[in-house]
Amino acid sequence: MSDRISAADVAKVARLSRLDVTSEEIDRMTVQLDGMLEHFADIDALDLAAVEPMTQPYPLVNVFRADVPQPCLDREEVLAAAPAAEDGRFRVPPTVGYEP
Amino acid sequence: MSAPGTSAITAAEVAQSVRNGATTAAAVLEAHLATIAAREPDIHAFNLVTADRARERAAHIDDQVAKGIDPGPLAGVTVALKDNMCTHGVPTTCSSKILEGWVPPYDATVVSVLQAAGAVVVGKTNLDEFAMGSSTENSAFGPTRNPHDTSRVPGGSSGGSAAAVAAGFSQFSLGSDTGGSIRQPAALCGVVGVKPTYGYVSRYGLVAFASSLDQIGPFTNTVADSALVLDVIGGHDPLDSTSIPKAHPSLVSVLDQGVEGLRVGRITDLPAGADPDVQERLEAAFDALQSAGATIVDVQVPAFTFGLTAYYLIAPAEASSNLARYDGVRYGLRVDAPDTNAMYGATRAAGFGDEVKRRIMLGTYALSAGYYDAYYGKALKVRRLIHDDFQRAYQHADVLLTPTSPSVAFPFGSKGDNPFAMYLCDTYTIPTNLAGHPGMSVPYGTGADGLPVGVQVLAGTLQEPTMFRVAAALERSLGDSK
Repeated sequence: MSDRISAADVAKVARLSRLDVTSEEIDRMTVQLDGMLEHFADIDALDLAAVEPMTQPYPLVNVFRADVPQPCLDREEVLAAAPAAEDGRFRVPPTVGYEP
Repeated sequence: MSAPGTSAITAAEVAQSVRNGATTAAAVLEAHLATIAAREPDIHAFNLVTADRARERAAHIDDQVAKGIDPGPLAGVTVALKDNMCTHGVPTTCSSKILEGWVPPYDATVVSVLQAAGAVVVGKTNLDEFAMGSSTENSAFGPTRNPHDTSRVPGGSSGGSAAAVAAGFSQFSLGSDTGGSIRQPAALCGVVGVKPTYGYVSRYGLVAFASSLDQIGPFTNTVADSALVLDVIGGHDPLDSTSIPKAHPSLVSVLDQGVEGLRVGRITDLPAGADPDVQERLEAAFDALQSAGATIVDVQVPAFTFGLTAYYLIAPAEASSNLARYDGVRYGLRVDAPDTNAMYGATRAAGFGDEVKRRIMLGTYALSAGYYDAYYGKALKVRRLIHDDFQRAYQHADVLLTPTSPSVAFPFGSKGDNPFAMYLCDTYTIPTNLAGHPGMSVPYGTGADGLPVGVQVLAGTLQEPTMFRVAAALERSLGDSK
């Protein structure tokens, strides 16, 4: 369907993104992403060999503060916002060992 | 020139009247709540109106005044907050189903600072989901409508905040601007909107979209009110490691300085695409500044035209990383599944809308092995070119003038299914974010169908004082011609 990005690429990207997608969504996204990549080709002709990448607009330096205890977020309040909590912790489904 | 529902008095006048007892914060608030009750059903600027909390705050401020305590420079001034700024105890949704009902356990720094200055929060405003869009049509809770014509969009992503000020729901509002999300809706709704220099205002508690581009700024009815708000919310915050570690000079104090001797740049290689009615207002703005004593100079910013490509690789790349945190574990939506991986995939599929999914996938692709150098790496280099081209232009001009939006407010659904048609709305605003520079939109008359047109004033890093002098002169020139 496309030279730039295939349905298989899109399915892989969805997996990397932790997004469940239907085959209909994959087809639609493939067309849309392909259209975008086509536009992005406008920078292909630029000679960028000697150009430094710019990740931040303002020069960043490490920020240190004195190692003094500060008040932190209230644990009960934080856990109250979680979908599931138990014994003062976030509760999640099994992370390993689950065999469907 | 005044927008529908706009009160004639400014935030500065409200604060002064509340401080000296000529009016009360309660009376100011009730007037705004009455306007909200009358027009909000047609506009849908808000995800939530916090009337009870606002009444408590207003009573507290009036109590302070009665006791001889000064509530601050924004005493009793009403503010609406874009619903991607954390408010302790008040739901913050980013107009996404994935955060629906989430109640933050802390306040964003801008929220604490505004409240300490006496401002009264009236509610949380609608946005394109996670600030991704230019029309507010991507909100999971339905679109906001333009107060000037409810068949048209207010712009986006901060469409609710722009509409709230234009409709007179609050004296001012805050938005966030990653690629134009303050300036474009300000233009479409006929209000002033400012994106400050990156690092000017703390981002602590602003839900992150693209961290190297996001910046908070105000929507107001007047240039002076934007200066007042920025004088309050600008400054260093130890909680934001990218906040600039120095104090900013007062913007309110420069507004009357005029533009005599300033060089106003016209970008001769600006990408085409602005409608004739928008172009006409831009020319009128150049003429007005020249009449006010400024010199118009021609400059070039050759890499301006590559802004869209660099932005739509960098912003989605950063978003794909920032939005990884919505995984159904710590907050928001969870779709139950037998293991965590299945839970992540199902939760994110159910919680995110189409545009957010598209950008997460585009960003993940641009960062993935085999494509990083071809896309993300190259975009970072183009970003440098854009920054350097602007720097060269600012050696010849103190500010640059461009259209804010290529067109006036457009009808709902008019950009169709092609995401790129919507992205083109931000052609003139995006390069500024990539460079980290400040920019603002000033309402400058009307175009097609009598709808508002904004003119964009751009300046170099931390050149807000010069930018505001020019904006104030533009505003004065409109007053002169009335």
